[in-house]
Amino acid sequence: MKTFKLMSLIGLLALGSFVMTNAVATSIPEDKIDTLRLAPIDIEPTPPVMQNVRNTDIKEVRNYPMQPPVIPHKIDGYQLDLKVNKCMACHARSRTGESQAPMVSVTHYMDRDNNFLAELSPRRYFCTQCHVPQLDAKLLVENDFVDMDHLIKANTEQKKH
Amino acid sequence: MLDKLKKIWQVLNRPSVHYSLGFLTLGGFVAGVIFWGGFNTALEATNQEAFCISCHEMENNVYQELQTTIHFTNRSGVRATCPDCHVPHNWTDKIARKMQASKEVWGKVFGTINTREKFEGKRRELAEHEWERLKANDSLECRNCHNFTYMDFTRQSPRASQMHSTSLANGEKTCIDCHKGIAHHLPDMKGVEGF
Repeated sequence: MKTFKLMSLIGLLALGSFVMTNAVATSIPEDKIDTLRLAPIDIEPTPPVMQNVRNTDIKEVRNYPMQPPVIPHKIDGYQLDLKVNKCMACHARSRTGESQAPMVSVTHYMDRDNNFLAELSPRRYFCTQCHVPQLDAKLLVENDFVDMDHLIKANTEQKKH
Repeated sequence: MLDKLKKIWQVLNRPSVHYSLGFLTLGGFVAGVIFWGGFNTALEATNQEAFCISCHEMENNVYQELQTTIHFTNRSGVRATCPDCHVPHNWTDKIARKMQASKEVWGKVFGTINTREKFEGKRRELAEHEWERLKANDSLECRNCHNFTYMDFTRQSPRASQMHSTSLANGEKTCIDCHKGIAHHLPDMKGVEGF
């Protein structure tokens, strides 16, 4: 019983100090907070005009090999729930002949033990978890991502000299 | 009492003996106009969205789903109401559809879909009826507004124009074959062609 009392006391003290440090954390000056919000937290800014989704139907190049391909078309109103997967109406293996859409990769038919299933694996079912359409929008922050092909190229050229 | 009924029957049996031919002709004409007008007015009254969603089954389920789609709200403000898609515009077809709709009155009276669960349970069956109807009439209700002759493929996205200029153009497919669930949520589509 004594040890229990001691333990709870320590616990309480730890909680107290945690709350204290948290209170300190909130007092960071506002100009030190880097934010994309561009308005004080208590003011609701007028949202920007909605951007158009790129609807070119032309495959976009992946930025790196493992990138989930982006969707080059609108998906407004596409039902994606337990009852229906509208994406698979075109991208399923059996549908690609008619739709001429790219088939979802075979990895999407595999379970986590690498067994191939007849249908889309449940863990890959919700397409928009990884695949998204692109907006015709300006970048909010500068992107200094460099494709690794460029890195390799620069590297080999440097070695030549 | 019986005498009175007998008299009325005599008048109805041989009206031309009791009334002038002119009165009967004109009277018949006027009565015809009133009854026909009344019938059509009543018919039109049941062909309004307000009438459809006066039942909670329609208002709480399908009407809510419609509101998020392009057929309810869009940039130009042209919208489709329930009867635009669910009732033929042509008079004879409309009467045929209205007679079928007596089944819906039956459903209303006996509460076939009066809860969300019951509605969800029947969704596939109800949807199938509509797909069948639109398939049979070559998507007539779609085509009342979306006329294939005036479609400009150059204004469509590449994959839309690809589909419309081939399968739709040669009559192999009709609108509903691909555009299922554009105004309401889809049921479980297991086994439906194209899904």
